[in-house]
Amino acid sequence: MLNLEKLSKTYGTGDQALTDVTLEIPDGQVMGLIGPSGAGKSTLIRCINRLVEPTSGRVILNEVEIQTVGSRELRKQRRHMGMIFQEYALVERLSVMENVLSGRLGYVGFWSSYFRRFPQKAVDEAFRLLERVGLDHMVDKRADELSGGQRQRVGIARALLQDPTILLVDEPTASLDPKTSRQIMRLICELCAERNLSAIINIHDVALAQMFVQRIVGLQEGQVVYDGSPDQMSPDVLTQIYGEEDWEATIETVDDEDEDDSDTTT
Amino acid sequence: MISNPALRYGLLLGTLIYLYFAVGSYDVNWSRVYEGLDRGWKFIAAFSHPDFSTRWTDISEGLWESVIMTVTSTVAGIAISIPIALGAASNLAPKPVYLLCRGIIAVSRALHEIIVAILMVAIFGFGPLAGFITLSFATIGFLAKLLAEDIEDMDRTQAEAIKATGAGWLQWINYGVQPQVMPRLIGLSIYRFDINFRESAVLGLVGAGGVGATLNTAFDRYEFDTAAAIIIAIIVIVMALEYTSSIVRARVQ
Repeated sequence: MLNLEKLSKTYGTGDQALTDVTLEIPDGQVMGLIGPSGAGKSTLIRCINRLVEPTSGRVILNEVEIQTVGSRELRKQRRHMGMIFQEYALVERLSVMENVLSGRLGYVGFWSSYFRRFPQKAVDEAFRLLERVGLDHMVDKRADELSGGQRQRVGIARALLQDPTILLVDEPTASLDPKTSRQIMRLICELCAERNLSAIINIHDVALAQMFVQRIVGLQEGQVVYDGSPDQMSPDVLTQIYGEEDWEATIETVDDEDEDDSDTTT
Repeated sequence: MISNPALRYGLLLGTLIYLYFAVGSYDVNWSRVYEGLDRGWKFIAAFSHPDFSTRWTDISEGLWESVIMTVTSTVAGIAISIPIALGAASNLAPKPVYLLCRGIIAVSRALHEIIVAILMVAIFGFGPLAGFITLSFATIGFLAKLLAEDIEDMDRTQAEAIKATGAGWLQWINYGVQPQVMPRLIGLSIYRFDINFRESAVLGLVGAGGVGATLNTAFDRYEFDTAAAIIIAIIVIVMALEYTSSIVRARVQ
């Protein structure tokens, strides 16, 4: 369970990115966070794991108040929050396996990670996860040899190896083609269901969000302006979030048809 | 070009007066130049018959000393440069550390090797120790500065992703930063090895050890054929290093 209480962030430049955001995300819920560019979506999820320090307000994850913990405890808490990025953010010159195992860095000491000696259990789990995301044949490839969809799968495996209770997902499909986007979204949501993970997914594509998530929160200029189920999204709601536009065509135009689930190009 | 005629001719006249006094202030001894030409020609001619054998012990000892100085000072210099480079990267270090490390780099870059060498010879006496310290010191200014700039240019999101996993600071450097800057670090190290060898040949002239000392002695004794042999040896080694470094750099992309 993740609670945000009156979370605010003002950047040093004076930009007010978040204003009094209060949200509750129960275990196992996948929440889509939509809103125009600059609405504070990225800031919001980075405030949760303190990659960005919030100015005021509280973040409470499983009854631990993240804002007040010291750096050692913060390291421990970050293990519970798996993060998935827009541009995948894999370390390009490391192998797929090293990238996945880096999800375990919060659990091992410096020297064992330096010599790449991870516990056998972690290595086994890494192989299992790579198999689950369909990349078990790519273990020794360097991350920069992979296609976009494959990279994002490695990013997902890395986040899951942390054994998190929540996933913070920042625009997972923004750099992918429409078909791969759906496959990635489906994979994330399936994995959340399998492991009873909650997730906050920043996403631009409203139709895609409606297809997969259980709850949608609309953010505008740092404030929550919509919080409800995907079915209740209406042109009025989108106008409220994004501004005046013809929204009829955007909502629920895509059906979730079955497609084959392998985008492995090699 | 200059429309005002008074200014135009004034400048011309000024230039002529300046040149007259400038040339006049040089005391050129033409008969000395004439003798010197002869000696210069002898030196160049010595390259047609370099003498490796007469002073071979001195030459080989000098070269060996230079090589040792180069290897040790490059290794020590790199070892010291890496932490300083981390401190001098504005995206990693807090402001006071950043300023301190940039300060060290600035001092190292401001002082030329020869000046440092003269100072080190004064402190540690003649010999390769002074040269070793000089070259290590000079390596810091070069390597730490360029490495710090590469760290500042790195892709932030890769490092951010490692931080988000709960990695500690050293793990973050090892996984998020090091892989991104490694090719540059290797390239710079090899290049600096190259420079250090050439510098080690010069440092001998001020008494800081290496083959430069042997070269200096050969000149003092007017043994131009030995001097030519030493210079040829230096050129061959530098070319070999150049070739090796191009191979290594091509392989670490």
